[in-house]
Amino acid sequence: MIADREITLTVNGERVVQRVAPRQSLIDFVRENLGLTGSHVGCEHGVCGACTIRVNGLLVRGCLTLAVQADGAEVHTIEGISDSGEIAALQAAFLERNALQCGYCTPGMLLTAADLLKENSSPSREEIRQHLSGNYCRCTGYQSIVDAVEDAARAMAGGSS
Amino acid sequence: MPLSTHDLPSSYIGRSVPRPNARRLIHGRGTYVDDIRLPRLVHVAFLRSPYAHAAIRSVDVSAAQRSPGVLRVVTGTEMAKHCTPWVGVMTHMHGLKSAPQYALAVDRARWQGEPLVAVVAQTRAEAEDAVALIEVSFEELVPVVDMETALDPGTPVIHANLGDNLAFELRVEAGKVNAAFAEADVVVEETFHFGRNTGVTLESRSTLADYCAGEGKLTVYMSSQAPHMMKHVIAKHLGLDEDNVRVICTDVGGSFGIKIHTYPDEMCAAALSVMLKRPVKFIADRLESFVSDIHARDHRVKARLAVNRENRITAIEIDDLTGIGPYSAYPRTSAVECHQVVNLTGGAYDFANYRAHGRVVFQNKSLMCQYRAVGHPIAFSVTEGLVDAAARKLGIDRAEFRRLNLRADDAYPYTSASGLQFEKLSHQKSLAKILAMMDYDGLRRQQAALRRDGIYRGIGLAAMIEVTAPSGAFYGVGGVPIAAQDGCTIRLDPTGGITCATGIAETGQGSETMVAQIAASAVGVAIEKVRVITGDTDTTPYGGGTWASRATAIAGEATLQAGRALRANILEVAGALLQSAPAALDIRNGAVVDASTGVERMTLSDVGKTVYFRGHELPDGIKPELVATRHYTPRDYPVAFSNAVQACSLEVDVETGFVKMLKYWVVEDCGTVVNARLVAEQIRGGMILDIGAALYEHCIYDNQGQMLNASMIDYLVPMAAEMPDVEIGHVATPTAETALGAKGAGEAGMGGAPAAVVSGINDAIGVLGAKVTAIPATPQRILEALGKIDKKRQ
Amino acid sequence: MGTQRGTWRVCPWISGEFYRERKLKPAPFDYAKPHSAAEVFDLLEQHGDNARLLAGGQSLLAGLNMRLSTPAILIDITGLESLRGIVKSNGVLRIGALTTYAQVKASAEVARAAPMLCEVISWIAHPAIRNRGTIGGSLAYADPAAEMPACMLALDAQLEIAAKGGRRKVAAGDFFRGIFETDLKPGEMLTAIEVPVIRANYRSGFSEFSRRRGDFAMSGLAAHARFDGEVLSDVRLAYCGVDTRPVRERKAEQVLEGRSLDREVLAEVKAALAEDLDPPDDLQATGQMKLHLSQVLAERVLTVMARAEVG
Repeated sequence: MIADREITLTVNGERVVQRVAPRQSLIDFVRENLGLTGSHVGCEHGVCGACTIRVNGLLVRGCLTLAVQADGAEVHTIEGISDSGEIAALQAAFLERNALQCGYCTPGMLLTAADLLKENSSPSREEIRQHLSGNYCRCTGYQSIVDAVEDAARAMAGGSS
Repeated sequence: MPLSTHDLPSSYIGRSVPRPNARRLIHGRGTYVDDIRLPRLVHVAFLRSPYAHAAIRSVDVSAAQRSPGVLRVVTGTEMAKHCTPWVGVMTHMHGLKSAPQYALAVDRARWQGEPLVAVVAQTRAEAEDAVALIEVSFEELVPVVDMETALDPGTPVIHANLGDNLAFELRVEAGKVNAAFAEADVVVEETFHFGRNTGVTLESRSTLADYCAGEGKLTVYMSSQAPHMMKHVIAKHLGLDEDNVRVICTDVGGSFGIKIHTYPDEMCAAALSVMLKRPVKFIADRLESFVSDIHARDHRVKARLAVNRENRITAIEIDDLTGIGPYSAYPRTSAVECHQVVNLTGGAYDFANYRAHGRVVFQNKSLMCQYRAVGHPIAFSVTEGLVDAAARKLGIDRAEFRRLNLRADDAYPYTSASGLQFEKLSHQKSLAKILAMMDYDGLRRQQAALRRDGIYRGIGLAAMIEVTAPSGAFYGVGGVPIAAQDGCTIRLDPTGGITCATGIAETGQGSETMVAQIAASAVGVAIEKVRVITGDTDTTPYGGGTWASRATAIAGEATLQAGRALRANILEVAGALLQSAPAALDIRNGAVVDASTGVERMTLSDVGKTVYFRGHELPDGIKPELVATRHYTPRDYPVAFSNAVQACSLEVDVETGFVKMLKYWVVEDCGTVVNARLVAEQIRGGMILDIGAALYEHCIYDNQGQMLNASMIDYLVPMAAEMPDVEIGHVATPTAETALGAKGAGEAGMGGAPAAVVSGINDAIGVLGAKVTAIPATPQRILEALGKIDKKRQ
Repeated sequence: MGTQRGTWRVCPWISGEFYRERKLKPAPFDYAKPHSAAEVFDLLEQHGDNARLLAGGQSLLAGLNMRLSTPAILIDITGLESLRGIVKSNGVLRIGALTTYAQVKASAEVARAAPMLCEVISWIAHPAIRNRGTIGGSLAYADPAAEMPACMLALDAQLEIAAKGGRRKVAAGDFFRGIFETDLKPGEMLTAIEVPVIRANYRSGFSEFSRRRGDFAMSGLAAHARFDGEVLSDVRLAYCGVDTRPVRERKAEQVLEGRSLDREVLAEVKAALAEDLDPPDDLQATGQMKLHLSQVLAERVLTVMARAEVG
């Protein structure tokens, strides 16, 4: 029998100490062990982006990261990022533009869009599409999402934060 | 003519309000089935057949049973005692035959991916570990994998007692087809091939069944489009009292028709919960989804079209062959797609002579069944492909040829050659509108100029009709428990808030928002005061769920009627309390007002509180009912047809075969538009599924019935970088059958996209003497058509 | 146990007996995260074939999820700081094996000294994958359709390999042996990549044809050459996605030696490719299509390079 490992990490600003099987993925860990079900499982082979979360400030695929690899890391999921207000402009724009239908891809989309806007505050539509090219959406056809990211970029650049 | 509710300034009908239920989704607070936690929850995983066709000689589960975390291992023989098999036939599909399908295969596996053994364990990972320990002895059998030879004498018959592999055959004959072809000035003939597709919903199929032995009650949380239908099916096949089965659909992560069918693995999960008396969760993982979700669109159509000297289409003839799986899916049957192809081909055009022959054959591949815009992409790819070919042969501009032949806008009511009844459509107006929107002439000039530089642009066109809001003549007539009606119960609470419960489902398209808009408008409150409940068979009126774009047209009408009834009830009470005639009062923005002056007399909250808490203040004889229920069934027309025309501008790299979608246009006529933004997004969303079909998606099988690309790496769907912007315009031809006047819009994006894209590709490469008649139009196929590489050996 | 099965793009992978093991939760494995290279080698010696090294895990973990591979233990090497860092000295750019794609892309050193490596990153997967996937992992994994191995061939990179007994260097051309097969012996670990700093008058280019943005290459070309005016020399053309490993197309390179690009030269280049390349069929393209795309790539990539300003 393979022993569980104890990991210590910060998730959405809260300290977490848990025992995990080495084979448990980070996405399964945050969903099952921590009840943070806002991040979703779509493919478990790194293609769809539904499991996108933030580890040490960087976007990662939760299905291609082991929970044990997050020992000592700072993890942020949609719940924490949403509560912090960091993506309020994006969320407002997504709502206004109906840039979501079933909502399953949305947390991953929001995190990826936020990542883009951090490095490029006024991306072109083409640049938005490229950056989101690893996030699968089957409902919207992507146009409303591109519209929303454009709107949010404008709001963040022009308006007060 | 009296003003309708739509005309009130406070009406939400026609306003693009944001979706209230989207708020929690953008915060990550959706509740999808896999998010639900119940005490003593366990997980099921399946051993699935590795072979397309095999006899199961023996199954040894002893090692699996001893595997850590395992609670139960169940084989087909045992499961058959807990779940009866089902047969996917409908009485009005004459001749449709299918064999009983079991929740777990008993002695024979008939498609790669068919569930054979169920393992229940504490975690999914442990269940999978145990599955790996199951020993099965198979005797491989010759699989049926080629629809063209499925009916040949030498081909094995998949179900011996059915006699052959023919599931269903259909013939339509109207007018004088032979004469029309004999007298034709021009005849064009093509053979079209369509790749098998699957839906790839981002949230895979998910079921959490919870049997409470004490109550004898089964609650099933399902990612599904049709809770009432599933309640019936589960109760029937598990031998439970239907009144003791509750189906709850919480948030659904995409469906597109995939989640409206009866799946053996989901039925197993429900049966296992009853057997184990505890919650059992089944989440189809992505790899098993590809081989267990229903597939669709596997068709080969031979077709021809006749044109007379006046450049008018006089006849169309098609022969449609489709290869489904080893069973007709239940309960909607796998014959409907072929039926729709036969019904819809040529549907936008004016011609009297039509012959169609459709055959549905069994194969040892995944089951096929209804997937968004059932049959439409095939029908319109065939039609528009023939139309384009005819125009090319005649040397007439393709838009002009369509203008000459699309049915006139004043030709209605009209019954088509294939027997479709149209109330009123707007093909001509829609075509004129789209040509203007896209600046067709400008695009043509640009195309000619770029061609001189060796750049090959194409303009695609596709006209279509859409099946929406079907009546009972679609399914119910065939003896299946699928509701064609829908209902809405609407209630005023003492807070002044309105609660609506309706039998449709929400899978992201905004049906709850649509209901809220209509309810708010009908009663006279702000939309923020409206709460909508869907998806729970215990708490909603008996309904049909969401499919075939029926929600707005049917449940929307029910909501409108219920809202008006509630309004009348409120005004009756208010009138009594205010000693005023109800007709002199109105409800605006949540208050009862003087109709002529607008002066507020009392709030709806006041009305509610009086009725609920201070009933003694009411005058004698008043029996207040602050709740109303109305149901609506379409009756005049079997289907409320919508129509659309699509156009695209694309560029083909003739050296590599790659297609770049530049821009897309759609003009849609779905009658009254309740929320233009939601309709636009339904159109755009439909497009991604069918641009996928046109260029990327294909379930590829080898000659042993193995699906070769059953992962997201290899089954390609368009992502953000592959999709164009889509400009949308509307024509509005409301249906007179309902007060709302709305028809459905969910099929619009989908049904015509492959037709439009292929039309564009062929417009681009036609000058080089090339054409494609198979989708997906991959770079490989385009280069083959251009003669740059040899055709791939099959 | 512990051995890798075939690639799913070159031969059917989800068929017959293989299918029953297709899951998406990995088989159980143990995990160790050593703090020193010496510990890594001890663990490798102890577990042999049953151990896999874990760096970014973007390829490995997908394969483990699908149970294409079932090692008994993963040895996480991301704690080895000595495998990080990008340093330029003596005309050589040394990139630590644990450098992520994102770090390569963001590095000004790489942009100056080996611009091809910056250019290629935007063709590889997607942002979230690039934040964890490592250059060393890509090379050690040796997917025939991967872009990085082809770049290493074109740039004449040296790969530094460490083992218990010491270190050795292998030229990229000798490192890639076959599908998922490299010169790495049991007990060895890739530690760094050394790329010659791009010299004056040299230009490089990368492009690929893939069905969608970020997908595996149907054919990809990493090209590197010296341009004296319009005349090419010291040409390297390395392709990915057309063979069991990345390949240098030497015949085509020789055609270009000492000549400038014109219609005739390009026709000869394409003919040379047709002689040498015999790509296998896969799901996206037949071998003939891959060859055709390779020819088109040669023309397009070289044309763009010829037009570029000398940096």
